[in-house]
Amino acid sequence: MNELLVFICGFIAVAIKQGTPLLFGSTGEILTEKSGNLNLGIPGIMYMGGVSGVIGAFFYEKAVGAGELNPVWGVLIPLIAALIGAALLALVYSFLTITLRANQNVTGLALTTFGVGIGDFFGGSLAQLFGEGGSLSVKRSSTLFRSTLPFAEDWGAIGELFFSYGFLVYLAVVLALVAAFILRRTRIGLNLRAVGENPATADAAGINVTRYKYAATVVGGAIAGLGGLYYIMDYAYGTWSDGSFGDRGWLAIALVIFALWKPKVGILGSFLFGALYVLPAYIHYGENRMVQYFVMMLPYVVTIVVLVITSMRKKREHQPPESLGLPYFREER
Amino acid sequence: MSQQISAVPAIELRGVTKRFGSVVANRNVNLTVHKGEILSILGENGSGKTTLMNMISGIYFPDEGEIFINGEPAVIASPKDAFDYKIGMIHQHFKLVDVFSATENIVLGLGKAEKYDLKDAEERVVEISQRYGFEVDPKKKIYTMAVSEKQTVEIIKVLYRGADILILDEPTAVLTPQETQKLFAVLRRMREDGKSIIIITHKLHEVLSLSDRVAVLRKGEYIGTVETAKTNESELTEMMVGKKISLNIERSEPKDPQVRLEVHHVDCTNRQGTLVLDDVSFSVNSGEILGIAGIAGSGQRELLEVIAGLQKTDSGAVLYHNPKTGNVDLLQGKTPLQIRELGVRLSFVPEDRLGMGLVGNMDITDNMMLRSYRKGKSAFLERKAPKNLAEQIIEELEVVTPGTTTPVRRLSGGNVQKVLVGREIAASPTVLMAAYPVRGLDINSSYTIYNLLNQQKEQGVAVIFVGEDLDVLLELCDRILVIGGGKVTGVVDGRTATKEQVGLLMTKSEGGEQA
Repeated sequence: MNELLVFICGFIAVAIKQGTPLLFGSTGEILTEKSGNLNLGIPGIMYMGGVSGVIGAFFYEKAVGAGELNPVWGVLIPLIAALIGAALLALVYSFLTITLRANQNVTGLALTTFGVGIGDFFGGSLAQLFGEGGSLSVKRSSTLFRSTLPFAEDWGAIGELFFSYGFLVYLAVVLALVAAFILRRTRIGLNLRAVGENPATADAAGINVTRYKYAATVVGGAIAGLGGLYYIMDYAYGTWSDGSFGDRGWLAIALVIFALWKPKVGILGSFLFGALYVLPAYIHYGENRMVQYFVMMLPYVVTIVVLVITSMRKKREHQPPESLGLPYFREER
Repeated sequence: MSQQISAVPAIELRGVTKRFGSVVANRNVNLTVHKGEILSILGENGSGKTTLMNMISGIYFPDEGEIFINGEPAVIASPKDAFDYKIGMIHQHFKLVDVFSATENIVLGLGKAEKYDLKDAEERVVEISQRYGFEVDPKKKIYTMAVSEKQTVEIIKVLYRGADILILDEPTAVLTPQETQKLFAVLRRMREDGKSIIIITHKLHEVLSLSDRVAVLRKGEYIGTVETAKTNESELTEMMVGKKISLNIERSEPKDPQVRLEVHHVDCTNRQGTLVLDDVSFSVNSGEILGIAGIAGSGQRELLEVIAGLQKTDSGAVLYHNPKTGNVDLLQGKTPLQIRELGVRLSFVPEDRLGMGLVGNMDITDNMMLRSYRKGKSAFLERKAPKNLAEQIIEELEVVTPGTTTPVRRLSGGNVQKVLVGREIAASPTVLMAAYPVRGLDINSSYTIYNLLNQQKEQGVAVIFVGEDLDVLLELCDRILVIGGGKVTGVVDGRTATKEQVGLLMTKSEGGEQA
């Protein structure tokens, strides 16, 4: 019995680690979508966040050389690099869709391709450019990101379940809670939701629609970028390998729908998606890989089921923001 | 009725003029509104009522003239300025966020100085509601509300911001008679509270029952202000529609008129659940133009859509006398396509012109094909005939366009309308319905359209013409059907009817309760 409990706690811990990049991505995308911007560039932005963080860590490690890494700088530099990298790409998206009113879907998809390309380019070539063989690897910085509370290991299963994570996991949960609070309980949140629902009304009420859209999209992009950072620095032990981030960006967007645009639901959803994501690894499928692929499909199936159910229930609170995907321009007077 | 009126008016307009390009929307308007007074602004569609009010609420800025508030000259350059002068406008189209509660909508956009506390705001909403007798649940979501509740939220929104001058743009257009009564009771309570209220309307009985004074506009001109107690319906109608103007549109006698279309007791409910057509019956003859007159939104659109098969009816029948077979067909139960094949053609010019009928990004030829592509025999498109038709329309109707391959959206309004009407006429219809075909057109283009309709009439087509301008209706049409509030309020002879007669019928909506 005790063994089973340990196994379950271990599985949940793995699911949470797996779900954390998705949680960052979905929190960022929820903020973005609440302003009426459907940013399909999120996978690229998360990729960009990841590679920017790795690059920051790489240069810091090079600067320090063989010496000891300062834990504060060792964490802050990659963190800030990731935020800036992701925010920049989100800013490009904002400029194209808000100021130039380009089609949001096309812009987003293009930025995803762009972000993935940039990521693979630097991730794959930076080490070679500096005359080091193999992949870009920042193992020393990764240890800083992976360090847990000291007592985590002493507390057995409970320790593993609650304290076995790097700080970014807790940050992801905290950010989701903060986002939920801002959206529901503050004037900024009310204004932001009004912008995403009905920008003309928000405009008439004296809210600066453009400013809100820019702020939400850029901040949302930066938060999503932390998902990429977490994946590389913590989950992947600081080693870059092309394409290993996989479809997590799209899962994050699916998670937004699953969570019905509510960051708090996103927390649970990300853990569920994380569990479904790692489940195939726990299944002994032998020669028959069909089951494995079927399980890998589950997060998307669940999202579609949620979409079908919420569409049928016709509860407007569970629908996407009304003007999601639509550009806003004030009618000429 | 008579309140203690202070000497200084709450708002005074002196010589206000507003132009849009060469069009004068308001010319030299003088207006005063006192504290504790309800002023009605009366006028037909397009008489400039809303433009005038938009200048007071800061959406437009007057080209000439001055506005005084409480005796002080005021510059109202934005809606925010209007707020600062304690002016609040309730627009016809509500500006509300559907998934927000009433309170959330009310506090939306309030300054940062105000603490964000929904509970506190809810209490204030309840307080305001009780003071003026509104019924509203501050927690209720907008999308679950009826239209009248939404309007209540809009009014509270304005009061919450401390408005002393309220402008309501056709507030009763969306209300049932009972809701109208309630609204009027609330407005009267506000008047007692010392607020100034301006209400835009074209319903005469409302003007007479509610307001202290009436200001009348006609085609942008300020006609005058009269005290409600000292006037009556016919005087107001005359002020509103003015004297008849001769337009010299030619009108031939109908040749061999035969009943082509009969509408029997049609009822129709729209998606919002309001009755838009109420027991409508009339007939249309071949070789005549039947005009349909009415205040905008009285059911004209639905009426045409019922005939064209685009709108379901609750009850009643539409009968079509087919001249080819001599049979009488019931149009209900037929698809719009089948109805079109019978020769009943609808050329509806909606407010945005391109919304129904034409595809803006497609060229003239392609737009011709929208009606004819089903006739093709092979898998490939037959372009030759539509192209010839497009060229023929361009030539005959003098459409100004670089060629048949120009997207329709690049043409000017008048040319778009010519293409639309031309295409429907080319199918040699037996019934032609044209709704607002001259809307936004200059005089020459308008006459081209009138001539087209007259040609069709002479060829024995039954023409239904929905128009806005009474002068045109009276000169072009053989008979005029007047509808008000979804009911037929009269059918008059276009040759003998007077403008006042039609105007009175238009404003005579049923349920003219003296609230």
